[in-house]
Amino acid sequence: MRLTLALAACTTALLLLLGLPLAYALASWRGRLKPLAEAVVSLPLVLPPTVIGFYLLVAFSDSSALGRFLIEKLGVSLNFTFPGILLGSLVYSLPFMVQPLQAGFGQVPRSLREAAYTLGKSRLTTLWRVLLPNIRPALLNGMVLTFAHTLGEFGVVLMIGGSLPGRTRVASIAIYDEVQSLHYAQANAYAFTLLGVAFVILVALYWFTRRNAARLS
Amino acid sequence: MLRFLFALLLLSSCLPARAGGLAPAGPAPITIAAAADLKYVLDSLVTIFNRQHPQGKVTVVYGSSGKFYEQLSHDAPFDIFFSADSDYPQRLQQMGRTAGAPVPYALGRLVLWSKKLNPSAKGLNTLLDPQVKRVAIANPAHAPYGRKAEEVLRHYKLYDQVKPKLVLGENIGQTAQYAVTGAADVGLLAYSLALSPELRRAGQFYLIPTTAHTPLQQSYVVLKRASGNATASTFATFMASPVARQALKKYGFGL
Repeated sequence: MRLTLALAACTTALLLLLGLPLAYALASWRGRLKPLAEAVVSLPLVLPPTVIGFYLLVAFSDSSALGRFLIEKLGVSLNFTFPGILLGSLVYSLPFMVQPLQAGFGQVPRSLREAAYTLGKSRLTTLWRVLLPNIRPALLNGMVLTFAHTLGEFGVVLMIGGSLPGRTRVASIAIYDEVQSLHYAQANAYAFTLLGVAFVILVALYWFTRRNAARLS
Repeated sequence: MLRFLFALLLLSSCLPARAGGLAPAGPAPITIAAAADLKYVLDSLVTIFNRQHPQGKVTVVYGSSGKFYEQLSHDAPFDIFFSADSDYPQRLQQMGRTAGAPVPYALGRLVLWSKKLNPSAKGLNTLLDPQVKRVAIANPAHAPYGRKAEEVLRHYKLYDQVKPKLVLGENIGQTAQYAVTGAADVGLLAYSLALSPELRRAGQFYLIPTTAHTPLQQSYVVLKRASGNATASTFATFMASPVARQALKKYGFGL
């Protein structure tokens, strides 16, 4: 369970760092190729996780050029390691972070940003003091959904994880293994924990959203 | 509040995962990839081994031989591979991924297992019972037991009749799960699993004669990454010991 939480927390933290600039760029971009970029970001929503896992498995393998480069030049082996399943999760959960953030940025009136610039605030200060506080619900939404979605990840880890205890065997894989070993009690313990955690997270999110909405109105 | 949240997330996230990466002193722990038919016998043997050798701990991951072969050809970090056949270990050796030649350790047997019917009376003819709507076998594409199950069905000229009723398990463990839960009415399972306490309690079986299929010779192989690893070679020696041989026999393996 600790491994699962670490994976979900790491994914959320990294996707926040990657997702903020990406969502901001997407929200303010008016180019003709925008649908293309949006489609790429949203692909993991519709792709079976095993497809993502399969391509990553092949890409990281020492029989591919990229994999050989990573292993020989950088000494990084990604298949069947924690960094590997983390990278897989970043791809897998990307839309869950970017979509709420993009929607959030899109709802902030342009005039607010422009007012900050006219008052001599830098872009970074504007982002930090004006934009982020204004999209707080979206931020929370993105983080919570990313965290919860990664908790339940199965297909990607199944393909590139290898079910190594303490290294890549996350809760969903452990459930699968326990069921196959006919250990229904253990499987139930894992499953029930996941169910509980996911439910608590969502209740907290909706409770916070309601409180926030009440405060605004 | 936001800044506090970010800081907390960043701090809590990436640290705990790395703590496990430090290599402990003394004999290295090893991870074994094993065919699912070995689940019960290997679990008990590893318990004995770990008690005798508290320094180099052995962990086992179970699955289908074909899946492990696939993972090992993508450099999966397993030290020993116990396959349910000899073909996959040989192919790994040819690819230059092993530390030595495959070592045969047992012969696998199959049973016809059912929760609600009693196959011991009618043998393979149980499959013709109108109550039988679904028949579980392991996926012949990557599970040696699945390939043998197909051979058995062809041997008794039942394959064409049974084919529409087949459900395929990812490995023999999942196939057993289909049969035990009643999702499938009968299953062609590993004898070693049929002898486990879990399955013994749940149903009845018919032991399929060895004449109905070509021998299911099972081999293990030590992977390249474990060459020079003391725990791996000690475990290999342990598998040839009388204790291990007896346990294999007890769980229905031919030697």
